[in-house]
Amino acid sequence: MRRTVGALLRKELLVELRTLESVPGMSLFAVTTFVVFHFALNRNVVEGDLAAGILWVTLLFAAILGINRLFVADAEEGGFDGFLLAPVDRSAMLLAKALTLLVYLLVLELVAVPAFALLLLGPSLGHALPGLIGVLALGDLGVAAIGTLVAALAVRTRARDLLGPLLALPLLVPIVIGGARASSPVLASAHHAGPSARWLLTLGLYDLVFGLIAYALFDFLLED
Amino acid sequence: MPAGALEVEGLARHYGERDALSGVSLSLAHGQTLVVFGPNGAGKTTLLRVLATLLRPHAGSVRVLGSSLPDDAWAVRGRLGLLGHEPLLYRELTARENLRFHARLHGVGDERVQELLDLVGMDGRSREPLRTLSRGMVQRVAVARAVLHDPELLLLDEPHANLDPAAVELVAPLIGAGTDPARPRTRVICSHDPSGGLAEADVVLGLRAGRPALLRTAADVDPAEIAELYR
Repeated sequence: MRRTVGALLRKELLVELRTLESVPGMSLFAVTTFVVFHFALNRNVVEGDLAAGILWVTLLFAAILGINRLFVADAEEGGFDGFLLAPVDRSAMLLAKALTLLVYLLVLELVAVPAFALLLLGPSLGHALPGLIGVLALGDLGVAAIGTLVAALAVRTRARDLLGPLLALPLLVPIVIGGARASSPVLASAHHAGPSARWLLTLGLYDLVFGLIAYALFDFLLED
Repeated sequence: MPAGALEVEGLARHYGERDALSGVSLSLAHGQTLVVFGPNGAGKTTLLRVLATLLRPHAGSVRVLGSSLPDDAWAVRGRLGLLGHEPLLYRELTARENLRFHARLHGVGDERVQELLDLVGMDGRSREPLRTLSRGMVQRVAVARAVLHDPELLLLDEPHANLDPAAVELVAPLIGAGTDPARPRTRVICSHDPSGGLAEADVVLGLRAGRPALLRTAADVDPAEIAELYR
C-alpha cells in the first residue's frame, strides 16, 4: 500500500511540476481575490469574523480549481485504466490523490495567508499564526477528503467542469463555516485568543465522517 | 487439452440502448491465440475491455485465467497485459518515468524497465516527455508497459498501429506467443489484417455489430470469409 501510494503521489507531483496547471492558478486566484476584497470593501484592514470569512471563502474557491483538475490527466491519458489493471488496493489512489490535494492546499496557503496578511489583515499575523495553522490543517483534511471524492465522481461525466463545483460547494460549506468560526477569535485584534475548541471539534468530526465516506465509496467510483 | 484460459458464454454488453456485444461465446486454451476480426464498431475493443476487467459484462458468464468476472476480477489483474488504442501513459512524464510508475504498481524492479527500454529501442529517448515523441515511439513504450510484468494473458488491440516495419520486428518477440513451454502465453488480438492475423491465430472470432459471425479454428478459416466481414 505504502509503495503504491508513494508511486502515485510521486507521479502526481511530477505531472504538476511539469504542467503547473493547478497550484499556480489556485494561488493567483487567491491573491487576486484578496486584492478585489481590499478595494471592494474600501478598507485597509479587516479582523475577526470578517477576516475569517474572507480568508476561508477565498481558500474554498481556490481549492475548487485544484479539485476540478485532480483527475483530469488520469481520465484523459488512460491513467485510470493503467491503475485499474494493476494488482493494487484501490484505496491507494484515494489516499494519494487526497495527499496531492493536501500538498496543493499547503502551497496555496503558503502564498495566500501572507498575501492576506499584507493586503487585508489588521492584527499581526505572527500572533495569529499558531492558532491559524491548526484550523487550516483541520480544514485542509476535510477539503482533501471531500474534494477527492467529488473529483473522482465528476471526472467521469461529460459536464465535469460544472458538476465538480456543484457537488463540492454544498459539501464544503460546513468546512468554511467551521473554519471561519474557529479562526475568528484568532484573527481578532482585541484579544489574542486561541481558536474555538467547539468549532475545532466540529471540523474534526466532519473530517472523520467524510474521510470514512470517501473510503467506503471510492472503489465504486473507479469501477465501471 | 489444458483448462481454458478464457471461457465466455453468452456475453452481452451494452452502452445505453445500443448493444456493443451480444451472444458472444468462446473458449481458448492456455497458450493459444485468438484473433478477433470485424469492422469498426463491431465490438472488438469492448470485448478486450471486458476481458481486461475494465468493463462489466451485462449478461452471460466470463472466466479469465480461471477467475469469474466481475466478482473475482481482483485475482486476474496483474496477470494480464492490455495494449489498447490509448497507450495508458502520461504525456508529461518521460518513457522511463512512465514505465517506472507502472513497475511500482506491479511490483517489478527497475532493471526490468531498463531491459524493456533497450528491447523496444527507446533507451536513447527515455528521458524526454512522451508528448515530444512520435506516435510510433509512444506505441513502443506502450508495448513495454503492457509486458512489463510478463503477463500470462496479453490483450492486444491492433498492436502494430503507428509502428514502422523495423519497430514491428522490434516488438514482435515481446508480444509474441512466448517460447517458454512452462509458462504459455495466451493472447487475444484485434486485427484488421486478414493474412497477418490468420498467421498468428489458433482460433478466429469474427464480429459484426457486436454479434459473432465467425468462430472457428484458424486452419479452417478461408481469408475470403474474413474479407466478407468487412462488406
